[in-house]
Amino acid sequence: MDRRELARALSSADSITAPTRSFEPWCVLGVTGSPGVGKSCLVERIVSHWLDCGEKVAILAVDPSSPITGGALLGDRMRMASVDTGEDVFFRSIATRNVPGGLPSRLNRMVDLLVHEGWTKIIIETVGSGQSEIRIVAVADRLLLVEGPGRGDVIQAEKAGVMELADLIVVNKSDLAGADKVADEIRLSLNLSEGESADVLLCSAETGDGISDMVSAIDTLPNARGPSIARARERLLASHQENLISHPQFSDVLKGLSEGRLSIEEALSALHRG
Amino acid sequence: MATPLRIVIAKPGLDGHDRGAKVVARALRDAGHEVIYTGLRRTPEQIVRIAMDEDAQVVGLSSLSGAHGFLFPRVCELLREAGLGDIVVFGGGIIPERDRPALLAAGVSAIFGPGTTSTELVDFLEGLEV
Repeated sequence: MDRRELARALSSADSITAPTRSFEPWCVLGVTGSPGVGKSCLVERIVSHWLDCGEKVAILAVDPSSPITGGALLGDRMRMASVDTGEDVFFRSIATRNVPGGLPSRLNRMVDLLVHEGWTKIIIETVGSGQSEIRIVAVADRLLLVEGPGRGDVIQAEKAGVMELADLIVVNKSDLAGADKVADEIRLSLNLSEGESADVLLCSAETGDGISDMVSAIDTLPNARGPSIARARERLLASHQENLISHPQFSDVLKGLSEGRLSIEEALSALHRG
Repeated sequence: MATPLRIVIAKPGLDGHDRGAKVVARALRDAGHEVIYTGLRRTPEQIVRIAMDEDAQVVGLSSLSGAHGFLFPRVCELLREAGLGDIVVFGGGIIPERDRPALLAAGVSAIFGPGTTSTELVDFLEGLEV
């Protein structure tokens, strides 16, 4: 499959026939974190590091679709100009198309295809809608949570959720004041939870400080720390929701519901038929 | 909802003016399409590469600097060389009337200047057979 065929095949993930990928060695890194913490810039750093090591790197960057019009503005690649050249890097922007959980379940099939076609590292950058965005664990082998200084009280905002599932937490923008304090707060919070907690590192995508330590940490992590039941749960829910949304009657049922002709129970039972 | 078109909005060349490109990107988003914005200062080679990787059906080029006479035809030529001649290319920005016939002849399907309404643009896209 050449590059163009690959790009085309990724558009119709339903028709992908690539075998389910093997989970050894690990290859899928999920990158999540709130808007503005610097996920894209950090991803560009990781990509260039891996390219230097001879990896073939594919990036799948997810941005939200409008719930009103279905349209989307996909702007992640404008922050990563270096992915626009070179045969060993592939970048694809993906709209959520309003799948709940912010992560299309076709991502699993896209990853299978990319692995089958010889891409050795795959980075999935999530929308970045916050702590509830845990669906990424249904796809990623390792999960990197990006934080940053100056975002208010981190700990209050992130009591539970993605922080518990992250394999590594990195506080970006370490060149700005307050980053080390944020890192300390996160460490303190994690120390209070039971079990082994993720490491918290500092780095700056802007200056490059701490980047190589972060990449080594990612490379040497044990596989996904998140409990396997949580991963299975997200997979099941993702797939179930995709089925609901792709049901031929979905739009009609939605209309009926919004006009008050159907109750939630009736809507659900209509979508479970056929 | 119909499957959205995938549209790359690109800024070839060296000018740093992308207000127009961003307004167009936003209008196409609001019309229900998936718009990939390249950011400033991309080469024709990079734009073709982006259109390929993103599996776009349409590429919109925006230029203010006056280099459209080279850049727009070059993108069309490289798209054809890459086997992507079926991608529809449209242009916008400050493109003098006298320059337009050459661009259209080189493979640009339409040119939209200042004053274009978003409805005109959306109607153009909806009329495409892609």
